[in-house]
Amino acid sequence: MNSRNSRNGLILFAVYLLFYGGFVFINAFDPASMERTPIAGLNLAVLYGFGLIIGAVVLSAIYGVLCGDASGNSSASDQQEPKA
Amino acid sequence: MIYESSILAVTIFLAFVGFTLGLSFWLGGKAKSSEGYFAAHGQIPWFVNGIAFAGDYLSAASFLGICGMIAFYGYDGFLYSIGYLAGWIVALFVVAEPMKRLGRFTFADALDSQFNSKGIKLAAGISTLVVSVFYLIPQMVGAGALVTPLLGFPQWVGVVMVGAVVILIVVTAGMLSTTWVQFLKGALLVVFSAILTWMILQRGFKVEKGGNDGHEFQTFRITTDDLTNGDGKVGSLEKVDVVPADNGWEKFDKKYVRLQNRETQLITVWMMKELTEKDGPNLELTEVQTLSKAKDGTIFVNGQKKGDKKGEPELFAVGHVVELPDGKTETGPLSAIDFFRTLQQSKVVLWRNEKVVHADKTETTVYYPKITTGAEVLRPGEHPTFKGIRSEKMFDKVNFLSLMLALFCGTASLPHILIRYYTVKDASSARKSTIVGITSIGLFYVLTLYLGLGAMTSGTLDVSEENMAAPLLAKGMNTWLFAAISAIAFTTVLGTVSGLILAAAGAVTHDLLGSAFGVKMTDTEKVRVAKMSSVVVGAIAIVLGILFQKMNPTFLVGWAFSVAASANLPSLVMILFWPKVTKQGIVAAIVVGMVSSMTWILLSGEAYSKVYGLDAAAAIVPFSQPGILTIPLGFLTLVVVSLLTTGRQQTAA
Repeated sequence: MNSRNSRNGLILFAVYLLFYGGFVFINAFDPASMERTPIAGLNLAVLYGFGLIIGAVVLSAIYGVLCGDASGNSSASDQQEPKA
Repeated sequence: MIYESSILAVTIFLAFVGFTLGLSFWLGGKAKSSEGYFAAHGQIPWFVNGIAFAGDYLSAASFLGICGMIAFYGYDGFLYSIGYLAGWIVALFVVAEPMKRLGRFTFADALDSQFNSKGIKLAAGISTLVVSVFYLIPQMVGAGALVTPLLGFPQWVGVVMVGAVVILIVVTAGMLSTTWVQFLKGALLVVFSAILTWMILQRGFKVEKGGNDGHEFQTFRITTDDLTNGDGKVGSLEKVDVVPADNGWEKFDKKYVRLQNRETQLITVWMMKELTEKDGPNLELTEVQTLSKAKDGTIFVNGQKKGDKKGEPELFAVGHVVELPDGKTETGPLSAIDFFRTLQQSKVVLWRNEKVVHADKTETTVYYPKITTGAEVLRPGEHPTFKGIRSEKMFDKVNFLSLMLALFCGTASLPHILIRYYTVKDASSARKSTIVGITSIGLFYVLTLYLGLGAMTSGTLDVSEENMAAPLLAKGMNTWLFAAISAIAFTTVLGTVSGLILAAAGAVTHDLLGSAFGVKMTDTEKVRVAKMSSVVVGAIAIVLGILFQKMNPTFLVGWAFSVAASANLPSLVMILFWPKVTKQGIVAAIVVGMVSSMTWILLSGEAYSKVYGLDAAAAIVPFSQPGILTIPLGFLTLVVVSLLTTGRQQTAA
C-alpha cells in the first residue's frame, strides 16, 4: 500500500476508534448521561449517534481528499503489479 | 394480523422484480469466463461499485430488523446502525486498498499472496462458506417477512420464493449482473427511504386510542369486589364472569384476569394494575391481546379462531402516541430536529409479551401495552440484547461491549463485501468506491431512526411480527409507496443473497476445489462447478431461513459478524502490518477464531432460549456475544503460532 495513504488511514482510524470507543464506554458505564439533553432538546444518545454516522462520512471524505494526490501513483503501481 | 394482497402492490412488485431479473439475465450473458463470473472482469466503475456496496450491505437485516427493533424498543435498533457503519471505517482505512492489490477473486487470494499455501486456501475457503451461510439465514428470514404482507403468502413461501429466484439469478448470471442490480437497488432504497422519512415528518404525531384499524383499546377502573361479587358487571363490561386462574394462568393471577362473556362464551384477558388511591376503585384493568396455537394447529387470537379475510378475527394494529407536550392532540408537520424534541416529551404505547404455558404444553402469548415516556424511547438499553447497558452485572456489560466490538470489526471481514473489491480496476477505485458506499450507507442509517420511530407511532404495527414494521409503515402511508418499498427491499434481499451465494460458490470452486484439493478445471468447468455450488448453498439457505423465521434478522447478523470478525480479521490485519506472519499462523488464527466463536455462540444463553427452546440460565458460557474474547484470541493465536514457526519457515526457505 502507498505508505502515505496507509499512514493517513491509520491516523483517521485511530481518531474514529476513540470517538466510537467513547460512545460504547459511556453507554456501558454511565448510561444516565445518554439521557441528558445538552443541545436543542436532543439527548446525548441521539446527538452522539448521529455524530458517529456523520463523522464516518466526513472522515472518509477527508481520507479521499488526502489520498487524492497519491491516487495517480497508486493506480499506476497497481496496474504494473502482477496479480497473486 | 391478516395480510391480503393488493393487485396494485403485486403488479408494481412483479414489474420491478421482473425488470431486475431481465437485467440480470441480459448482463449475465456477457460474463461467460470465470474472471467475468466472479469479478465482472474488474471493470465496474468505482461510483457504481460504491452504490452496489450499499445494495449489498443494506440488506434485510438493515431495513427490516433495525426498523423493527426501533419500532418496538426505541433507540436500541439504532445502536446496530451505528455499529454497522463504524465497521466501514475499518474497511476503508485498513483493508480496502491492500485487499485489492493482493487478491484476485476471493479474500483467500489476498491472505495467500505471499505463501501459495493449500492450508490457507482451505481454512479461508471454509471460513467464507461458514460466514456466508450464517449471514444468509437473516436474509432469508427477512425475505419471508416481506412477502407475507405484500402477497399474503405464509412466511415459508417467501423464503422458498427468494431462494428459488436467487438460485436462478446466480446460475444464469454472475458478479457483473449482481453488481448492476445492486447499484440500482441500493440507490432506490436510499431514495425511497428518504421519501418515507419526509412523509413521516409531514405527518407529525397525533394522540390516538389505538391503531389505524379503528380499534380503541379499553382501560377502566374497578374495585376488587367487582371481580368477586358475581353480578356480571366489571367496569364497562356487562354479563361477564371471572374465569378461575388455572391451566398455567395461576402463575399470573396477580397480573391478568380472564373474563368470559355469558352469551358468547368468549374469554378476553385483561391486565390488572393496583392503584394507590385510598378511596374509590383500587384496580385498573387494561385490554391485552392474546395469540395461541392449539395442538391441531388452529390459531386463536383474543379468544377467537383467527380469520383469513378482512373483518374476521385478527390481532389489532398497534403503535400510537397517548400524550403530546403541552396537552396538544396533534403536532402537524415537524422538522427533523423537532421530531425528536417532541417525541422526547411525549408518551407512546409500546407492547411487550410473555408466554403462558398450559398443561398440554401449548402456549398462549399475551401482548400487553406499556405506556412509555419519549425519554425512555430515545435512550439505549431497553431491548433484551442491550440490557447490559442498564444492568449492574459485569457479564451483561461485557456482552454489550462484545457485540459493539463485533459490529466494528465484522464489516471488513464479510466475504461478500470483500469480493466487491475485485470488481473495480485498481486500489484507487477500491478506495473511492468505499467512500461512496460509506456516504450512501450513512445516509440510510440516519434515516433508520426516523423510519423506526415513525413506525412506532404509525398505528400499523403487528404485535406478533416485529420484522414487518417498515413495510407496514409504508402500507399505512400509501399503497404505491408500500409496493415500491417492498419491491426494492425484496430485490435487495435477492441481491444480498446472490452476493453471499457467489462468495460461497467462489470459495468452493476457487479456494477449496481448485487450490486446496488441486482439482484441475478448465475455465468453463470452474463456472459450472460454481453454479452447482450455488444451488446447494441456496437450498441450505432456504431450509435455515424457514427454521429461524421467528428470530430478528439483526440479531442473527450480530452472530455472523462475530464469526466473520473472529475468523477473518486477525489474518487480514496482521498480514498487512506484521512482517513475521507465517502461513501456519494464518491457518491457526482462522481455525481458532472460527471454531471458538461458533462454539461460544452455540453454547450461549441466546442460543439456548431462542434456538433450542431451553432455559437461558442453563447455558454454559456466561454471556452470548463472543467477539470480545474470540477476536483477541484470533490475534493471539496468529502471533504465537507465527513466532513458533518463523524459524521453521526460514530454514525451509
